[in-house]
Amino acid sequence: MLVDLGIIIGKIAFVLVNILNGAGILTWVERKQSALISDRIGANRASILGIRLLGLVNSLADAVKLIFKEDFVPPRGLRVVHFLAPIFAMGPVFLTMAVIPFGPPVEMFGREFKLQILDIDIGILYILAFGSIAVYGAMLAGWASNSKYALLGGMRASAQMISYEIILGLSLIGPILAFGTMEPGAMVNAQNQYLWGWIPTWGLVVQPVAFLLFLPAAMAETKRAPFDMPEGESEIIGFATEYSGMRWGMFFLGEFAEIVVLAGVMTAVFFGGYHVPFLFDAVEKAGQAGFHFPWGMYIPLGEWTVVILRMLAFGAKLAILMWLQMQIRWTFPRFRYDQLMRVSWKEMMPIALVNIAVTGLVILWLNK
Amino acid sequence: MITVRQVREVKLSAWQNTYYPELWRGMFITSKHFFQNFGRFIGRAVGLKVKRPLVTFQYPEERRPIAPRWRGRHRLMLRPDGAPRCVACMMCETACPDKCIYITAGEALDGRIEKYPVAFEIDLLRCCFCGLCVEACPEDAIRMDSGYIDLGGYSRAEFYLDRDYLLKDSALTTHSQFRGELDGVVVTRVDLLAQAKHH
Ligand code: SF4
Ligand code: SF4
Repeated sequence: MLVDLGIIIGKIAFVLVNILNGAGILTWVERKQSALISDRIGANRASILGIRLLGLVNSLADAVKLIFKEDFVPPRGLRVVHFLAPIFAMGPVFLTMAVIPFGPPVEMFGREFKLQILDIDIGILYILAFGSIAVYGAMLAGWASNSKYALLGGMRASAQMISYEIILGLSLIGPILAFGTMEPGAMVNAQNQYLWGWIPTWGLVVQPVAFLLFLPAAMAETKRAPFDMPEGESEIIGFATEYSGMRWGMFFLGEFAEIVVLAGVMTAVFFGGYHVPFLFDAVEKAGQAGFHFPWGMYIPLGEWTVVILRMLAFGAKLAILMWLQMQIRWTFPRFRYDQLMRVSWKEMMPIALVNIAVTGLVILWLNK
Repeated sequence: MITVRQVREVKLSAWQNTYYPELWRGMFITSKHFFQNFGRFIGRAVGLKVKRPLVTFQYPEERRPIAPRWRGRHRLMLRPDGAPRCVACMMCETACPDKCIYITAGEALDGRIEKYPVAFEIDLLRCCFCGLCVEACPEDAIRMDSGYIDLGGYSRAEFYLDRDYLLKDSALTTHSQFRGELDGVVVTRVDLLAQAKHH
C-alpha cells in the first residue's frame, strides 16, 4: 500500500519535474534554435559570476524578471477571473501528460508497475477533454481584461481552438480504429507489431494522414506561430495583452508545457511510444530480451537495459518532436485569420472525415 | 506627375499552389541552416578550426564598423583659446525641426564677439539627428561626431545635454564615461566670463 503510494507520487513527481524543466529549457531552445536558423548566436549575455552556460542563464534571468515585474490588473477588470485565467491555461496541460506512458512496465518489489501515472481506458478522450479546458484560459483572460483588444484576442483564441479541437478529435479516430483501443498504453503496445515482419506498425506508418492532420491541429492548440493569431505577439493585441509579470509568464509556460505534452501524445500515438524497432523485452520474446532483427540477428541485452533503452527512446522521440514543432514555428509565416478558419473547416475537416471512412473500410476488409 | 509602376504578379505554378512541396522546401532550408550552424558550433566547441558560423557581432566586445560618414552626437567646438566658437546666433535653434536646442545668449565682455551661449542645451530624446543644426551654423561651432558614440542612458536627464557636456570631446568616449568625468569641474573661459558678468 505504502509502496504503491510512494510509486505513484514518484511517478507524478518525475513527470511534473520533467515537464516543468522541459518547458523552462524550451524557452532557451526556442531562442537558440531560432538564432541558429537565421545564422545568429542567440541569447547569451546573462551570466552568473561570468558563467553564461550558452545562454541558459538568460532563462533564469527571465524568470526572475517575470516574478518581480509589476503585476498589473486593469482597473474594472474582473479581478478573480483575471487571476484564474492563467491557471486555467496552464493547469490542465500538466494533467494531460498523466495518461502518456513514458516507459515500459517494470518489475519491482515482485510486482509490475506501469510507467504511466494514469492507466484509464478512455485515455485519448481524457487528453482531448483536458486539452480543451485550455480554451477557457484564453477566453477568460480576454474577458476579464476589460479591454476590447484582449476580448477580441480571446474570441479569436476560442474560435480557433474549438475549430482545431474538432480536427484533433477527428484525426485521432483513425489511430483509435487502427489500434482498436483508446488507452495510450495499449496503443503503444499495438505499435510493437511488424508489417510483413519488418515495418513497425507505428501510427505514422498505418495512419500517415492522421499524423499530418494531428500535427498542425495540435500546433494550433498551442497557439504558437504559424497559428498565433490569438496571442498576436507581433501586433500586441491578443488575449494576454493586459497581463504582466508572472501571470503572463504562466500563459507562456503553459504553452511550452503544451509543446512537451503534445510531443508526448504524438510519440504515444504516432511514433511507437517507448518502443524501439526490433527491441523486445523478455515477456515479448519468450525470455530473450534484446534486439531481434528480421534477418535473424539477435543481440541479447539485460532486462533493465531494455527498460532504460526504451525510456531513452521515449525521451529522444519527445525531443525530436519538440524540435520539429519549434522548427515549424520558425519556418512558416502565420496565417490570416480567415485562412486559418478555412484550412480547419474546409480543408482539414473533409480530409479527416475521409481518413476515418477509409480506415473503417480497410479494417472491415481486413477483418472480413 | 503621377507615375504608375507596374507590379508584376508572381504566378505560382500548380505545383507550388498545392503549398505542401513549398512548405517542405522551407523546412528543408531552415533545417539546413540549423544543422550547419549546430555542427559548426559543436566543431568550434571541441576546438576544430571550422568556419565561423554566425554573423552576429558580439556587441559590447565586438563592434560593428561604422560608415565613415555616419554622424552621431553633437559637440560644440572651441576656439584655440578654449572659448566656445558659438556666438549664440540662434541659427541652429531656428533650423532645428524638432525644436530641441535651447540657447540662452549672454553678452560677451571680451569685445571680440558680441554674444556667447550662457546655456546651450540639446534634448537628445527629441533630436532626430538630421544634422540641420550643423548645416545652419555660420561659425562651424556645432558638429556631429563620427565614430562610436555610446548613447545609452538610465534616465531622461542623461539625454539632456548641457553646454559643458557638449564642449567635451565626445569622440571615442562613451556616454556614461562622460557623465563620470563631468562630475569633476570643467572650467572654461566661458564660465569665467559668466561669473564676471554675474558680479
Ligand atoms: S540634428 Fe536636427 S533635430 Fe537634432 S538638434 Fe540638430 S537640427 Fe535639431
Ligand atoms: S551653434 Fe552655431 S548656429 Fe548655433 S547658436 Fe552657436 S553659432 Fe549660432
